[in-house]
Amino acid sequence: MKHSILHVALVAVAALCASGTQTSAAWEPVRPVEFIVPAGTGGGADQMARTIQGIVTKHNLMKQPMVVINKAGGAGGEGFLDVKASSNNPHKIIITLSNLFTTPLATGIPFNWKDLTPVAMLALDEFVLWVNAEKPYNSVKDYVDAAKKAAPGTFKMGGTGSKQEDQIITVGIEKAVDTKFTYIPYKGGGEVAVQLVGNHIDSTVNNPIEAVAQWRGGKLRPLCVFDAQPMAYNEAIADGKSWHDIPTCKSQGLDMEYLMLRGIFMSPRATKDQVEYYVDLFTKVRATPEWQDFMKSGAFNTSFLTGADYTKWLETEQKRHEVLMKEAGFLSPGN
Amino acid sequence: MEELANLFHGFAVALQPYNMMLMVVGIMLGVIIGVLPGLGGANGVAILLPLTFSMPPTSAIIMLSCIYWGALFGGAITSILFNIPGEPWSVATTFDGYPMAQQGKPGEALTAAFTSSFVGALFAVAMITLVAPLVASFALRFGPAEKFAVYFLAFCSFVGLSKEPPFKTIAAMMIGFALAAVGLDSITGQLRLTFGITELLNGFDFLIAVIGLFGIGEILLTMEEGLSFRGGNAKINLRVVLQTWKELPSYWVTSLRSCLIGCWMGVTPAGATPASFMSYGIAKRLARNGKNFGKGEIEGVIAPETAAHAAGTSALLPMLSLGVPGSPTAAVLLGGLLIWGLQPGPMLFVEQKEFVWGLIASMYLGNLAGLLVVLTCVPIFAAILRVPFSIIAPLILVLCAIGAYSVHNSTFDVMLMLVFGVLGYLLKKCNYPLAPLVLAIVLGDKAEEAFRQSLLGSQGSLSVFFSNGLVSTIMVLGLVALFWSAIQEGYSRLRTAVA
Repeated sequence: MKHSILHVALVAVAALCASGTQTSAAWEPVRPVEFIVPAGTGGGADQMARTIQGIVTKHNLMKQPMVVINKAGGAGGEGFLDVKASSNNPHKIIITLSNLFTTPLATGIPFNWKDLTPVAMLALDEFVLWVNAEKPYNSVKDYVDAAKKAAPGTFKMGGTGSKQEDQIITVGIEKAVDTKFTYIPYKGGGEVAVQLVGNHIDSTVNNPIEAVAQWRGGKLRPLCVFDAQPMAYNEAIADGKSWHDIPTCKSQGLDMEYLMLRGIFMSPRATKDQVEYYVDLFTKVRATPEWQDFMKSGAFNTSFLTGADYTKWLETEQKRHEVLMKEAGFLSPGN
Repeated sequence: MEELANLFHGFAVALQPYNMMLMVVGIMLGVIIGVLPGLGGANGVAILLPLTFSMPPTSAIIMLSCIYWGALFGGAITSILFNIPGEPWSVATTFDGYPMAQQGKPGEALTAAFTSSFVGALFAVAMITLVAPLVASFALRFGPAEKFAVYFLAFCSFVGLSKEPPFKTIAAMMIGFALAAVGLDSITGQLRLTFGITELLNGFDFLIAVIGLFGIGEILLTMEEGLSFRGGNAKINLRVVLQTWKELPSYWVTSLRSCLIGCWMGVTPAGATPASFMSYGIAKRLARNGKNFGKGEIEGVIAPETAAHAAGTSALLPMLSLGVPGSPTAAVLLGGLLIWGLQPGPMLFVEQKEFVWGLIASMYLGNLAGLLVVLTCVPIFAAILRVPFSIIAPLILVLCAIGAYSVHNSTFDVMLMLVFGVLGYLLKKCNYPLAPLVLAIVLGDKAEEAFRQSLLGSQGSLSVFFSNGLVSTIMVLGLVALFWSAIQEGYSRLRTAVA
């Protein structure tokens, strides 16, 4: 009986939407919206969340204020569990990175992305293979040859965090070229880039935004991007080269692809019009010039997915991460 | 002298009325943020960051960096008056600042703290102005091994500080290390010592521990001793500022040493907290009145405050020139730069001259404005001690609770703060020193991380800590600091033997 009432209600909402007079029926936040960042202040997810907050405020996209809150504990587990526990609270959204998949697998905390309500994929973050510009590696081939020639374990790859995206890519490269790196985890991407400039490590897989300053300063050199096609941005960055000029790793004989989700989720059991409200909000955010500048500065892949497409993408990625993490031996004993 | 020409252009930018106004607003907000324990500079800047998106980038960074200076100044106030460090880097200020306040000299202690903060900042800005590129390339030489060596030096220069038996010092430090180990192990990505409790995922935040151990612990002690503050007879007029100023120049050696330590720690980047501890530890060793440290020695306020402010200021240099933040607040400012469309890194000094030099000029002016603001308020701050304890204690409790809550927006942290308060009370009653415990919580996991990163890189060989001139020098300095009293004793024995 209850079910049919819900059904009728949904049909009514759908009918209202279709007739274009949904102004009174659509859901809107009635108190401040908490925007959870499952990572520390100053990192990539935090920057994106605070940019969105700035855009929403500047363009008056929401009647209620948006408050960014960092819950970084346990590689983001703190944030995920907080949103999971806020069932039926439509005033809480969370921005995710790959730790959506990796943290539960590596630490065994009781969380799966299916516990949350997917809203939208905002963008995908690229990964680029970087080396110090003083080193004689001008192509992926030079780099792979050098890595293979070095005694096993002496070639050092630096990355952000442990058993997360950077290390997954490192393991992927190891398998693709059949060698062994020593992976050294650091706290943040900026620090990783500087360690590479100081020659304390041999290569990194930094996101574009983390290493671009050092590239422009002539300190680092990009070798390839871990995407299926080159990045879209044609504007020259350094030495007359643009992001677009960086070849894909696969085309250079290094068969590894990896992109990181920058997506939005709501707490469990959100209703359809609540999800629609946020989809609409983020569509508006994406249309602003500030957002487009931000995408350009970080050379993001601007894929936007919602609804069933988004869920399907998440399912595929979840399976892929399970396989990648299992092969790398990163699963926690409980998993 | 292209730098000077640029700097004067920067002053012209910073002195525009709009920017001047933002500067004063920033300082005021910063002092308030610094006074509230828990609500640190990083949180304050992060909260206000989105408000600045509609401003020009130069004005935005001027305001936000002034909040940062304000927080650096403000952190000292509650440390001296109530033994509650408003910020992590003012823990070392409590060691002598609070005894001074209890002896009826809160005005002197506050003046000394503010003035030395200003001196430290000025020294660091001058360094940024003149030798920025040189310093940036020095910072690049710090890999994991060098960083561990710095933490090692910080621990060593602090061990044996307390008058308590060494066994108690070590016990307190070990409790600190154990607490620091809780949470996510950043090297293996595995959870440690959380026992499946969700609230422990984050580990024990240093700020919660400090607010509890010092703030709540102190209130419990005072209650036991009969509900009175002993600083009630404080002189409260502005003359105290001038009198203290007359005294300060005689401590120039300590000031200079603390400036150097601070700049070094800020640039490497280890941050303001280890800088303040290290500076205090070394001053205690080398100062003429070293034996009186901890009983209300003015030099014991000068050393940590100078170093903390020098470190806090110079922490902006690696952020601007390398894109790596030297402190949590710098990390938030870095995010701000990117949002304003500026790229921190080697090209910023070349491409965004107006921005960089406007910021540097605002560091001079902002610190000067900050000094004037806080100094004129010294009598007001000192007068707080005249308020009866039965009124002020509940207020402090509420402030502590708000502070603890605001660190992670979690009520669990407020409970934790109370537990730490009881622990702090018990430890003090049993004469266990709190400082080593705090130092271990702050630097424990960072030191561990650097140590394990080094060993990963060297395939497990300890020789990495003596693999080049820089790291060997710091390690040897650390060992010398550790065995300093033994060395001194040996030397004096040798002298008597020769004589």
